[in-house]
Amino acid sequence: MTAASPVPARNLRWAALTALFRRDIVVTGRELWAFLAQVLLQPLATLFIFGRVLPGIGMASPQYARILMPGILVLTIVLTALQSTAMPLVIDFGWTKEIEDRLLAPLPVAWVALEKVLFAAARGMVAGAMMIGLGIVVVGAHSVSLTAANLGAVAAYAVLAALVGGSVGLTLGTLVQPQQLNMMFALILTPMLFTGCTQYPWASLNHLRWFQLLTLLNPITYASEGMRAVMMPGLNHLNAVYVLPALGAAIAGFGWIGMRGFARRAVG
Amino acid sequence: MSAPSDTAADRAAEPAIPAIVVESLVKRYPHRPTNAVDGISFTVAYGEVFGLLGPNGAGKSTTIGVLTTRVRPTAGHVWVAGVNALRRPVDAKRWIAVVPQANNLDRSLTARQNLLFHAAYHGIGGRQAAQRADSLLRQFGLEDRAADRVDRYSGGMAQRLMIARALMHEPRVLFLDEPTTGLDPQARLFVWDQLRRLNAHGLSLVLTTHDMREAEELCHRVAIVDHGRMLALGSPDELKRMAPGENTLSLAVRLDSAQTGAQPEGLLARLRELPGITGAEREDAVASAEGGTAGPPRGQASPPAPEADPGRVVFRLYGEGDPLLVGAAARVVSDAGFDLVDIRRGRVTLEDVFIHLTGRGLR
Repeated sequence: MTAASPVPARNLRWAALTALFRRDIVVTGRELWAFLAQVLLQPLATLFIFGRVLPGIGMASPQYARILMPGILVLTIVLTALQSTAMPLVIDFGWTKEIEDRLLAPLPVAWVALEKVLFAAARGMVAGAMMIGLGIVVVGAHSVSLTAANLGAVAAYAVLAALVGGSVGLTLGTLVQPQQLNMMFALILTPMLFTGCTQYPWASLNHLRWFQLLTLLNPITYASEGMRAVMMPGLNHLNAVYVLPALGAAIAGFGWIGMRGFARRAVG
Repeated sequence: MSAPSDTAADRAAEPAIPAIVVESLVKRYPHRPTNAVDGISFTVAYGEVFGLLGPNGAGKSTTIGVLTTRVRPTAGHVWVAGVNALRRPVDAKRWIAVVPQANNLDRSLTARQNLLFHAAYHGIGGRQAAQRADSLLRQFGLEDRAADRVDRYSGGMAQRLMIARALMHEPRVLFLDEPTTGLDPQARLFVWDQLRRLNAHGLSLVLTTHDMREAEELCHRVAIVDHGRMLALGSPDELKRMAPGENTLSLAVRLDSAQTGAQPEGLLARLRELPGITGAEREDAVASAEGGTAGPPRGQASPPAPEADPGRVVFRLYGEGDPLLVGAAARVVSDAGFDLVDIRRGRVTLEDVFIHLTGRGLR
């Protein structure tokens, strides 16, 4: 029973990490429709009501769909990545303990957390790509300001938004107990949904100063502003000089807290 | 002992290196007044079945947690398969496998996928993994349910699958935390048979149990632990010799002291004077009914709970050689003004040793 492992120790870590990704791909593939419904239905409905119905009945400007689209794209990416880390971690650590077999794999425990964040970010990106397609269908290609020129910048902000979602999800997933899941949605996700400058440009809040300042606490604000700046450069935006460091700080900060939380939950 | 150099120890299990070395292990969880593990030391040889026997909360699972890199100790040293498990947990994880107390199978996957992904986490893939998975599924009687999602598995099947999963990467030491707790008698015998078979093929086993029969059936050596400390260590036979005699006589009596004024202490003294008696003890009220097997009884008549009958007291007599004098003991009880409600004669078990060492039962 002591056959030596055929893989050298260094490569074994990478083999294990690859296997963690493959496991998540298989599980996501198996639950693909549930996954898509979970992450796309809500932003799609928002886009339809605010980008199509309200302008259609004259209660919003026809331009509004163009302003909304970058925000909805960011919201989809962030929330998908956030839920893809937070939900499984809360359930795994608090209840099913399914993650234990992966924690016993021959790779550092932090890599298991890193895989969770990266895979969740990838799911966020996939959801974002699908949202662009659905956006073209719902509000028309003219309202989805994606061109060959801004494609790279849009992708870059998408990656940053996905990493923000993944790191915030890692933090929540390791801090929240299963019985607090409902509270997490009510007290954390709902405020994040409405204070992230996804439905309105930050500069437009000038007359509502206290709320404008409040939105600065939400990392989604910076992702929305960055995304809107590259998709609709004609509007006023938070300057990239603030946006990029803020996104970097959010990823680093929540990533660090999440990694510590993960280590604490993984090794008693 | 110093940590052996990495690669030499990692490549081959040298007989000179024990499978497990634990030195002065201490674990105190935050905000707790006492140590969960309080200075435990032991070694486990390759090919050995080693048991940690003790009641719930004795520190068994914490000890296993440290050995399997899942709990960081407060103090002490641990080597697993020659690897310093505290300094190099990633390398240690290559050589160990864990069958946990609670079902932690990946419910999003089928049974076969559970095995294949476990192998993949350990760098084993392709045909090698597939062949091994199929052979283990057969060995554990799960081949017909290999394609099922594991959330449809019964407790016994889940336990078998977790053992199969643990074997996928051919570990050197297999840790089992309460391997048969909650299983029905048939499933339990199946698991015992499989564990004996694995050990016969050279696999070292470390298991925790609060079931003295399991410890006696499976273990070459047993450490009796309580309150984080190791009270005794030896083969089941060696441990049983720690009891005051090799035969036991348990007397459950009920006292109506309002009528007779008799005291249990007086009865204990008189029982001790019986010929052939080498020891006599009174069990604590929390002690379990002896002779039974631990774990939640399923479909079996359970012994009456001691707390249900506050007047009931159990005395335990030990003796050597000839079977103890049941009649004489019964006479002493009734002469002292007590009602004899149950009497059991038997050979000393590990639970008797535990009760002798702690004054309490195992549950």
